[in-house]
Amino acid sequence: MYAYDELDRTLINERVEEFRDQVKRRLSGELTEDEFKMLRLQNGVYLQLHAYMFRVAIPYGTLSSQQLRRLAHVARKYDRGYGHFTTRQNIQFNWIKLAELPDALGDLAEVGIHAMQTSGNNTRNVTSDQWAGVAPGEVEDPRIWSELLRQYTTLHPEFSFLPRKFKFAITASAHDRAAIKIHDIGLRLHRNAQGEIGFEVLVGGGLGRTPFIGKTIKPFVHGRDLLSYVEAILRVYNQYGRRDNIYKARIKILVHELGIEKFAAEVDEEWRAMGDSALAVDDAVIEDIRSRFTYPAYEKLPHMPEELKKAAHDPMFERWRRNSVFTHKVQGYAIVTLSLKPVGGPPGDATADQMDALADLADKYSFGEIRVGHEQNLALPHVAKRDLPVLWKGLDKLGLATPNVNLVSDIIACPGLDYCSLANARSIPIAQELTHRFANHDTAELIGRLHINISGCINACGHHHVGHIGILGVEKNGEEFYQITIGGRADENAELGVLIGPAVAYGEVADVVEDIVEAYLALRERPDELFVDAVKRLGVEPFRERVYATR
Amino acid sequence: MTSPLEQKIRITGPSMVTANRTIDGVVVYRNGAHGWSTDLAEAAIVRNAEQARALLIEAVADDINAVGPYIAPVEISDDGKIAPGNLREHIRLNGLTIDLLPVSA
Amino acid sequence: MPLVKNGKIAADIFVHVPDDAELPQGGAVLVSAARFLEDPKALLARMGELGVIWPNNRDLDDLVPYLDRLAAVALVFPSFRDGRAYSQARLLRERHGYTGELRATGQVLRDQFLFMLRAGFDALEVKKESDAEAFALTAKRYSVFYQPTGDGRITALNRRMQQRHSESAR
Repeated sequence: MYAYDELDRTLINERVEEFRDQVKRRLSGELTEDEFKMLRLQNGVYLQLHAYMFRVAIPYGTLSSQQLRRLAHVARKYDRGYGHFTTRQNIQFNWIKLAELPDALGDLAEVGIHAMQTSGNNTRNVTSDQWAGVAPGEVEDPRIWSELLRQYTTLHPEFSFLPRKFKFAITASAHDRAAIKIHDIGLRLHRNAQGEIGFEVLVGGGLGRTPFIGKTIKPFVHGRDLLSYVEAILRVYNQYGRRDNIYKARIKILVHELGIEKFAAEVDEEWRAMGDSALAVDDAVIEDIRSRFTYPAYEKLPHMPEELKKAAHDPMFERWRRNSVFTHKVQGYAIVTLSLKPVGGPPGDATADQMDALADLADKYSFGEIRVGHEQNLALPHVAKRDLPVLWKGLDKLGLATPNVNLVSDIIACPGLDYCSLANARSIPIAQELTHRFANHDTAELIGRLHINISGCINACGHHHVGHIGILGVEKNGEEFYQITIGGRADENAELGVLIGPAVAYGEVADVVEDIVEAYLALRERPDELFVDAVKRLGVEPFRERVYATR
Repeated sequence: MTSPLEQKIRITGPSMVTANRTIDGVVVYRNGAHGWSTDLAEAAIVRNAEQARALLIEAVADDINAVGPYIAPVEISDDGKIAPGNLREHIRLNGLTIDLLPVSA
Repeated sequence: MPLVKNGKIAADIFVHVPDDAELPQGGAVLVSAARFLEDPKALLARMGELGVIWPNNRDLDDLVPYLDRLAAVALVFPSFRDGRAYSQARLLRERHGYTGELRATGQVLRDQFLFMLRAGFDALEVKKESDAEAFALTAKRYSVFYQPTGDGRITALNRRMQQRHSESAR
């Protein structure tokens, strides 16, 4: 957990006061909507179908139980009693009133939560791996560097009015749980041959209308040079990114149009011209940030505690344990993923009551810490294995123990047309129907790891391009239709999915997904050949045939 | 960012102007009395691009009260009842089409 | 349009001279980059201070050789959402060591004042009278800054380092 010091807290409070003044000037008419819009976006305030939507930052997906309780408070006091966790580790409230926003922000500021730059043409939440700091085999905790970047990018005077939004992600594990290859800047933390910490830097990843997988601009940037190198990239983008067409304004378009070599050369030229930079990250700087990260005082615990042996007789517990509990780097501990995808539920939502109760469980069993993953699930990162049975009972009561993590019913979906003014079609009811179709856990386990991603429009907030099965809502003659892709992946082998055929109507989507899954089960080489690997091996054709044979 | 007035206005049937109330985001409809109403029945109906543009200009100028105005289709039944003209407006009027998690434990 | 210079509303000594107009005899003038580059020698030889308005979509390279002889450089925010001039400002101050007046023109609104000051602007052609009047208050909105820029404001990091040193010195 990172502890904000007085300086961090002062900045957050100053931001709240600034926004309070801006809202006042908006409501008095002193600011027009045109002038105010960018200011409210810079504080995460969108206008949606029914209401304003408020996106609160959860830096690198880490929350304390105190902070989670405060989110519950905001949901209750200013909203309709629930929040939605997003594909960028943030949380969204859907019904908030503009007039009350400064107070909501003030309440959040008391526990070190803010909404700075969660929207707008600036640098957004620096996301990371929800297992950061506890994953076995991790090079180093990437959140230290995420926090370094968070501070560097917050209210940066040069880069607050970029051509378009800008997103960072960092991973420090061989298996990329942070989807760095679909970010504007993706950073892979690793050590060079001399054992020094540095980053493979990728640029130009991104989804939306023109999806691209990020390209490596430099295989190793020394940790010391991270900020100056990032500044060089941002400066080149700020000056040369297109501003005439919002669909061509992301850095991925600039990288594509220049080519990665030419782009890299521009960045290098700028970087060299920067010379000895005030941005050099020396050991003292890293130590300063690291000193404010606290880690649990882990006990020395056995690998297989008695409590776990006893509970193994309970098939329900065992099913959940096999599905939702992951290996921790410290013996005797575990990482527990909490599914926010109950059968029939809207994916990624949590009620205020659930948040409060979860905060209590986190205090008891996870050293007061909770994580948010980009798959729209939560995690408890420091659970002693002996506490798993009692924790499971508590989670089950709260509806947070659906044993479907990473399975077919663990669906990632954007809010879609039920909420979002950008959407062409609904996504949540599609997800809900799919969870009903695949509600049988034995079937889901038989199918194995399968990521379904649903986006209600081409902006791809559901990351459908990189879903094993991707579903994109479109509008045809006033009706909702859906394009289906297969074979996408978001990890270190990131790939864009391939369209299987013409768009299908709203009422047919669940049937189509069932057909695809049936085709996979019939065609897979072995039970443990994953869906996404079978697609790679077989190509799209056999699935296309199966789906469109009778349509 | 193009304002709604810079875009070409196409009317394919009876339409209205809708927006969200500035202070709290609630869905509102431009009425015939130079104001906003939360009741669709009070929406001013326009039937051609000229009328639509005039109503939109008035709405855009009133951004102290409502934001993001745009022209949206309506359906008018034989007995004159106004209904939303597409799924999006249906959702804005009637709310979510989904079941949420029960809020109180 | 009020000018805020060095933190206060001030009389503007510079006159914007359109390309097709004759330059006044003496006095400070601001001319377009195109006009300046047509005959920089002549313009620099003229009696009276010279300022150049540099477009935000043009590299600074052609301007750099003349910086030490210019009294002012004006950069442009065609829309307050267009942030290219922030990069230009920082480059002028921090890379090229420009010390003359650095002026922000175009859509200059209150909520961008502090960003502009930190990027190196010391003169702002402010769009709204009420914004200009609120300048002093607005400039004090924030006391904590994370990033080092050329404006000399101490960063959070520096303050933390100082604190650590004074703590360890005890």
